[in-house]
Amino acid sequence: MVNDVPLSWFLGLGMIMFCIGTIGVVVRRNPVVVFMCIELMLNAVNLTFLVFARYGIAPGQTLEQATNTAMGGQMAVIFVMAVAAAEVAVGLGIIMAIFRLKNEADVDDMSVLRG
Amino acid sequence: MTPNQIVFLVLAFIAVMASAGVVVFGANAVRSALFLVLNFFVLGFIYFTLGAQLLGITQIMVYAGAIMVLFLFVIMMLQLHHGPQLKKYQDAKRPLAWLIGLGIFCLVFTQVIQKLSMTSQSPVTDEYGTPKAVGLVLYSTYSWPFEVTSVLLLIGVVGSILLAKRRI
Amino acid sequence: MSQWIEDIAKGKDAVLFGIHMYGPGVLALIKVLLLLIPALILVPGLIWWERRLLSWMQDRIGPNRTGTITVPDNFPIKGLRGKKQRTAGLLQPIADGLKLFLKEDITPASIDRKVYFLAPAIALFPAFAIGGTLPWGSAYLPFGDAVGGIYSLLTPVANVDIGILYVLAISSLGVYGVVLAGYSSNNKYSLMGGLRSSAQLISYELAMGTALASIVLASGSLRMTDMVRVQEQALWGVLPAVQNWFVLTPFGLVGAVIFLICMIAETNRAPFDLPEAENELIAGYHTEYSSMKFAVFFMGEYAAMFFFSGVFAAVFLGGYNLLPLNYEYLATHGWNFLGQDMGGFWRGMAWFNYWAGPAIFVGKCVVGITFFIWLRATLPRLRYDQLMGLGWKTLLPLGISNLIIVGLWIVATKLWGIGGGWAAWAAAAAVLVIIYLNIASLSKKDEMAFGGRSVEMKDPSPRRTVKMVDPNKV
Repeated sequence: MVNDVPLSWFLGLGMIMFCIGTIGVVVRRNPVVVFMCIELMLNAVNLTFLVFARYGIAPGQTLEQATNTAMGGQMAVIFVMAVAAAEVAVGLGIIMAIFRLKNEADVDDMSVLRG
Repeated sequence: MTPNQIVFLVLAFIAVMASAGVVVFGANAVRSALFLVLNFFVLGFIYFTLGAQLLGITQIMVYAGAIMVLFLFVIMMLQLHHGPQLKKYQDAKRPLAWLIGLGIFCLVFTQVIQKLSMTSQSPVTDEYGTPKAVGLVLYSTYSWPFEVTSVLLLIGVVGSILLAKRRI
Repeated sequence: MSQWIEDIAKGKDAVLFGIHMYGPGVLALIKVLLLLIPALILVPGLIWWERRLLSWMQDRIGPNRTGTITVPDNFPIKGLRGKKQRTAGLLQPIADGLKLFLKEDITPASIDRKVYFLAPAIALFPAFAIGGTLPWGSAYLPFGDAVGGIYSLLTPVANVDIGILYVLAISSLGVYGVVLAGYSSNNKYSLMGGLRSSAQLISYELAMGTALASIVLASGSLRMTDMVRVQEQALWGVLPAVQNWFVLTPFGLVGAVIFLICMIAETNRAPFDLPEAENELIAGYHTEYSSMKFAVFFMGEYAAMFFFSGVFAAVFLGGYNLLPLNYEYLATHGWNFLGQDMGGFWRGMAWFNYWAGPAIFVGKCVVGITFFIWLRATLPRLRYDQLMGLGWKTLLPLGISNLIIVGLWIVATKLWGIGGGWAAWAAAAAVLVIIYLNIASLSKKDEMAFGGRSVEMKDPSPRRTVKMVDPNKV
C-alpha cells in the first residue's frame, strides 16, 4: 500500500498531542488527570516512533536499513507500552496511598517529604 | 485530497479534539478519562493506517481496554469515598503552561516538521506490522530488552501490591 | 446431483448468487449484514429460550400463552372455527419488546446526562463487534486445500492477521458501558455495580488471555480461519480419522475450561453477575435505566453471550464442523461397513458438513448459550472475594502453567517427534501437579498454624443485642 499521507501530517498530530499533554500536566491539579496527560504525551511519542518506522529515516535507503528502522520503531512502541502499564499500576497505587493517608486531592499541596 | 488523506484528517481531528477534551474537562475526571479513551481508540486506528496491525490492536487492548479501565476504577473509587473537591484559585501556572506548550510547538514545528518535507516511502511492505514479523524480531534481536521488560512488570506488580496493601 | 454441488462449490457458487460482481465495499456491507441480521433476529429467540429452559429447570411452566392463535368465527373452513393453537409462547419476546418500548422512560434527576445516554450505546457496540472475525463457514472446499466457494467470500467480516487479539481487545472495551452506566446514574448501588464490574473484567481478561494464548501457541496463528483449519488435522497428531478439536487435547481442555469461566464472567452472567446482583445492589449498574435504554443493555448482554459462544466454538469446538471426523481421510481410507463401501457416504457427509457450516456454527452458539442458562439455574452467585480469588489465584496460575506446558510440548515435538512431545507434556504436567500439591499442603499447614483461617474477620464494633420484652408485662 502506498501511503500518500505526508510524513509531516503525522508528526504534526503527534506534536499537537504532546503539547496538549504538556499544558495539561502543568495546568491540572487532580493527580489522576495529571497522570492521564502524561499518558497522552507518551502516546504522542509512540505515534512518532511508529510514523518514522513506516516512513524510514532517509530517502534512498536499502531494504535492510528500512527493515531495521521499521522493526526498531515498533519495538520502541512495545517497550513504551509495557513501561507505561507498569508505571500506571505503581502510579495509581501511589495516588491511592496518598489519598488514603492525607485525603487530599491537589498535587500542589503534596509537597511534604515526610508522611 | 486522496481517500487516505481524508481518512487521516478525520482521525487526526478526532484525536486532537479528544486530547483537548482531556485537558479542558479536567475538572470532571471521568469525562477527562473518557476523552482519553476516545483518543487512544482513534490512535489505534491511525496505527492501522500505518500498517502496524499488531501495535494498533495492542494499543486498543492495553491502553483503551486495561489502563483506562484502571484509571476509571481509581477515579470512581475515590469518588465513592467522597474525595474532597479542589479549591478554585488562579496562579501563574496557566500562562506558564501556555508558554511551555506553545514554545514546544513552535520549536518542533520550525526545527523539525518544516525541515522534514520527506514523503518518500520506506521500501518495507505493510507486512512489517504483522504479528509474525514483529514476533520474529522481538524474540531474537530484542530478546534481552524483552526479558528486562518482564522483570520491570514483575517489579510493577510487587510495587503496586506493596502500595495498596494496608498491612503485609 | 453431487457433481452439481461440487461444481457449484468449485468457485461457481459465487457466480450463481452473483456475489463475485460486487466491489469490496458492497461485499463488506453484505458481510456485516450477514453477521448482524441473524444475531438481531436470534436475540429475542434466545430470550424466549432462556425463559422457557429456566422454567423447565426450575419445575415451572414458563411463558407459554403469548402467541396463541385463535381461528376467527368467519374462517372459511368450518371445522377450524374457534380453535386455539398454542405456539409455546414464541411471541413472548415480541410482547416483552413492545412493553419495553411503550414503558415510561424515566430519567433520574442530577445525573451526568451525556454519559448516561451514551452508556447503553457503548455497551451495545462491543457486544456486536466481537463477531467481526468469526468464521462461520469454511473458506476451504472439502477434498483439497483450495480456497474457494461462497463462504470464502462471505465469512469472516474481517479476516485479519490479528483475529483473536481483536476479540480480546473488543471484549475488553465491553466494560465501559457498565462502568459509565454505574457512574452516571448518581446512585450508589449503580456505582458499586460499575466498580465491581471493572475490577471483575480486568481480572478475568488476564486469565482469558492466557487461555487463548496457549491455543495460539498450539495452532501457530492468530488468524481465526487458521485456528479452525488447524483443528481439522489429525487428533494428537496420531489419529488421522478424528479432527484435532482443541477441546479434545489435554492442554486445550484446560484452556477451554478457563475460557468458559472467563467468558461467563466477561458477560456478567450468573454465577458471576455481581455487577447486577439483585439482592445486594437492586440491579447494579442498570438500576436507573428504564424502557428502551434498559432494553439496549439487555440486548447487548445477549449478543455478547451469543458471540462469545461463537468464539468458544471457533477456537475450541472446531468451528463449523459438525463432528470431529476427517471425512476426507475416511472417504479414501474408509472402513467397509458390513461389506459395503462407505466412501460415498463419507463424501456426502463432507459436502453436507461444508454446506451446513453456518447452521452448525449457530447451533454451537445456541448450545453455548444453553450452557449459560444451565449455569444460571444451577449455581448460586459467588461472593466478591471468592470471585477475585477464583480469577487471580486459580484461573490465572492455571492458565500461565498451561501456557508454559504448551510451549514445552511444542519444543519437545519439534525435537523428538509426536511421542516425545506427549511424553514431555505428561512429565511437565506431573511436575506441576507435584508442585501444586506441595504448595497446597504448605498453605494448609500455614492455615493451621494461624488458627484455621488465613484471613481474620475482625469486627471492632460491639455486637448489638436484642432485648426480649414480654408484651404482657409492660
